[in-house]
Amino acid sequence: MTVPVTPTLLYLDNVTVSFDGFRALNALSLAIDHAEMRAIIGPNGAGKTTMMDVITGKTQPNEGTALFEGTHDLTALDETAIAELGIGRKFQTPTVFELHTVEDNLLLALKNKRGPLATLLSRRTNREQERIDSLLERVRLPAQRHRRAGELSHGQKQWLEIGMLLAQEPKLLLIDEPAAGMTDQETADTADLLRDIAKSKGVIVVEHDMSFVRALGAKVTCLHEGSVLAEGSLDAVSANERVVEVYLGR
Amino acid sequence: MRTQPLFDRQTTLVLSLLTIAAILVPAMNGLVPRGSALHLSDHLVPLLGKYVCLALLALSVDLIWGFCGILSLGHGAFFALGGYAMGMYLMRQIGARGVYADPVLPDFMVFLNWKELPWFWHGFEWFPFAALMVLLVPGALALVFGWFAFRSRVTGVYFSIITQAMTFALMLAFFRNDMGLGGNNGLTDFKELLGFPVQAGSTRIVLFVLSVLALACGYLLCRWAVGSTFGKVLVAVRDAESRTRFLGYRVEHYKLAVFTLSAMLAGVAGALYVPQVGIINPSEFAPANSIEVVIWVAVGGRGTLAGAILGALLVNAGKTWFTAALPEFWLFALGGLFVFVTLFMPRGMIGAAGDLWERSSQRLRAGRSPEPATHAAE
Repeated sequence: MTVPVTPTLLYLDNVTVSFDGFRALNALSLAIDHAEMRAIIGPNGAGKTTMMDVITGKTQPNEGTALFEGTHDLTALDETAIAELGIGRKFQTPTVFELHTVEDNLLLALKNKRGPLATLLSRRTNREQERIDSLLERVRLPAQRHRRAGELSHGQKQWLEIGMLLAQEPKLLLIDEPAAGMTDQETADTADLLRDIAKSKGVIVVEHDMSFVRALGAKVTCLHEGSVLAEGSLDAVSANERVVEVYLGR
Repeated sequence: MRTQPLFDRQTTLVLSLLTIAAILVPAMNGLVPRGSALHLSDHLVPLLGKYVCLALLALSVDLIWGFCGILSLGHGAFFALGGYAMGMYLMRQIGARGVYADPVLPDFMVFLNWKELPWFWHGFEWFPFAALMVLLVPGALALVFGWFAFRSRVTGVYFSIITQAMTFALMLAFFRNDMGLGGNNGLTDFKELLGFPVQAGSTRIVLFVLSVLALACGYLLCRWAVGSTFGKVLVAVRDAESRTRFLGYRVEHYKLAVFTLSAMLAGVAGALYVPQVGIINPSEFAPANSIEVVIWVAVGGRGTLAGAILGALLVNAGKTWFTAALPEFWLFALGGLFVFVTLFMPRGMIGAAGDLWERSSQRLRAGRSPEPATHAAE
């Protein structure tokens, strides 16, 4: 497959994942464009995390197509290979290397050669240093650079993890509940940061906090029982009767 | 944001102490007259040399367990394989001086009525070949074993169990006479190493110094590896394996690389151990041996390198004393020590000492300057 079959950045078609008969994803179809931000909402068990697992290679779908940049078959690749293609993932609970310093966390995430020999012999360059400095600025952690990541507050860890995603220079970012456990101010800042990122990269945000989703100002997809229930602007989706029934509550 | 300097305080301390040992032990044995209180008797030199080899084995375990979270309970196997490679060389050096005076066949083969040398014994009469095998045989086993285990993402306690199974299987295999490696009795009655009599005091001094040198080089190699970006990835794998994978690192390649390196270090330790104790037999593969190594590392302080050395030296010195004074209590003492360290010093002796140092220096700083301690940019 060398000729792109679709112009979109990410293309999921008819993806089904079942665990012991339970269909976590049921013929899910979704397309994300270059530099598009998409918010995914839906009740617990709707398949949001399973969808991320399929996109990042953690779970193989039972059937369906998952294409990245129209040419790469994501179902045939593992986590490492998919990360190298340019898909970065932020977990629901912030996952950073707690015993490494904030700087080292970013250093490990920088787009560099990833082999054991390359890292054994690598030397810190000025270019890397500048890149780390600018990332620290962007996620507002320059003052914490020498602290261990484990000492950061919950919100700072979330930001560090977003910084690590940016350091990978991905084309698509999958972000799972970035606003969980954040103060109102941090939530607003996070929405600004994500909107800024989405100017140049594809961003998929899974979120429950509707005011945060509103602040993102993005197209919304509501999942339910493993497939798409509604798609469109937040207002349109919120007005959808089925969405109100299964998710937003009567 | 420099990477850690290679010669930090701990490294300087370890290398200084090893240098002192390499000078003091030969001097106290060779220069101090017999009868003096400072004289080190001849039988103590190989005993100390043995401890140093075991410290190198502990170092190899700390490299994978302390920094990459791979708990191998079968590292004694790599140590024993390195030992067997050296033992095979030493057997070939005996030549016609054996009990049966066969110029080619070692005694046990004559005893078993074998007519010719098995294929895998060829080459071992040549020292450079044997030395290469000391590295390659444990390394190759680790590579193949690790490739299967890490590729299938066998981790944690499951990995530990299959390493126990590996060393147990090797022990059973080496017990068999038809393995052609001396069966139950193993390889012994060594005469010469590179033309020097292995029993001679001067040879033992040289072997001791070489063991210390090997330990120092092993320590430096590990320190360099864990101080590099490679080492940071190892710690990342240890603390958040799937995060590392989603960052695009091939976790299994890292595990395989460090596991193989560690097995080679263990092999070198075994090769230096054998001429000093004068025998290698299948009991070196005993699963309990490998578990003991993990205890040394835990006692000294996991993930510190220096702790592995300290733990191995202290526990083995304790073992020598205990097994002479109160032989029936040794295993209870060892078990008790492990429980004590796990409960009260989870970061081992080095960790506990580091905490003490931190606290006292903090108190000093707090007493001297009124400003609160800030995180200095170093």
